[in-house]
Amino acid sequence: MAANKNSLADQGRRHFLTKTGAALAVGLAAGARFIDFPHASAATGPASGTQRWGMLIDANKCATGCTACVQACNDEHGITGQGRPQTDAQWIRKVTLRDKASGHEASLPLMCQHCEDPPCVDVCPTGASFRRADGIVLVDKHSCIGCRYCMLACPYKARSFIHENLTDQKPWSPRGKGTVESCNLCVHRIDEGKGRIPACAESCEREGHRAILFGDLNDPDSDVAKAMGAQQSQELRADLGLNTSVRYQGI
Amino acid sequence: MIRAVTRIGLLFGLLLPVATIADDSGALLPVIPPAMGEACVEPRDVMRREHMQFLMHQRDDTVHSGIRGAKHSLVGCIDCHVQTNAEGAAIPVNAKGQFCERCHSFAGASMDCFECHATVPAQSQVQNQAQPDLPQWMRSPVFSIAGVASPSAGLD
Repeated sequence: MAANKNSLADQGRRHFLTKTGAALAVGLAAGARFIDFPHASAATGPASGTQRWGMLIDANKCATGCTACVQACNDEHGITGQGRPQTDAQWIRKVTLRDKASGHEASLPLMCQHCEDPPCVDVCPTGASFRRADGIVLVDKHSCIGCRYCMLACPYKARSFIHENLTDQKPWSPRGKGTVESCNLCVHRIDEGKGRIPACAESCEREGHRAILFGDLNDPDSDVAKAMGAQQSQELRADLGLNTSVRYQGI
Repeated sequence: MIRAVTRIGLLFGLLLPVATIADDSGALLPVIPPAMGEACVEPRDVMRREHMQFLMHQRDDTVHSGIRGAKHSLVGCIDCHVQTNAEGAAIPVNAKGQFCERCHSFAGASMDCFECHATVPAQSQVQNQAQPDLPQWMRSPVFSIAGVASPSAGLD
């Protein structure tokens, strides 16, 4: 009887082990498929920490009164105003700096500076503001609750809130009411991996000013890294120690 | 007798909603407009049940890791399932009777995707924008109007 009981118990154990093994095998197989998936369909990415995308903006080359970069950004991301400059979305704007002593004026484009230590990310209560592995600071609008704390935290006033319903968005740039947004360095172009540069830099080059140089700051052979190595450049509000990816010359 | 009338009344009451659904859409299941591609990325029954999980998983990969062009893309759904009207212009996928709206209104499930995401493919959007009756001289690439000119005209 005891022997019989033992054998029953053994059977139970054997079944348990078999089932667990099978479940484990299925789980592993599913896991393997899950991990393989992005590669299976020739997808791009993921963004890598070996790169750090950034810009060098030469205020001496930036033409006063030229707004080609602003226009290009608006066209690329489908940003249209409601005729209310106080609240209309603005990813990039032209700023004039005037030296009080000499009266010298410098014109420069100002946008999200893609900080290494972004205050917007620090304050975001939902984790919607984040810094991608390659240094691009983005808003995940799926988790943004529109509290606008990041807008207060940003020392560059780089972010906008969408107050009204939008239509005719671009497929590569989803935008909608109730979320905060800012320059994304034309991340859809970067992710293509074909060397396309952001719309603002492209338009500046087309206008012949070449004031905006875009590239990988970590790549010593990139134009932007070479230019930064050759000449003095500076961060805006360097005193904040944010280590921005956008740097300026001639200010 | 009263019992019988009540029973018949109850029977009609039960049948009525079913009849309404049948009258409304012509069938018990929603009829989905035909897609352009050869085959869907997943079998139909899998897509019907799990497309939201696929989309949600991939959206995080795309937004946070920059993985683009993978299998379960919302843009991919729209490119394949969008319909065109008599003039050849794309009809938004969330318009009445279109691919997304048809099933979602049948199932009584709301969708938030299109508060932010485009409802027509990129090419047709550009075509739509160029559609307004502009004189020929205004269509030249030199003359660009905000919102009318293609964002990537002459760049690719």
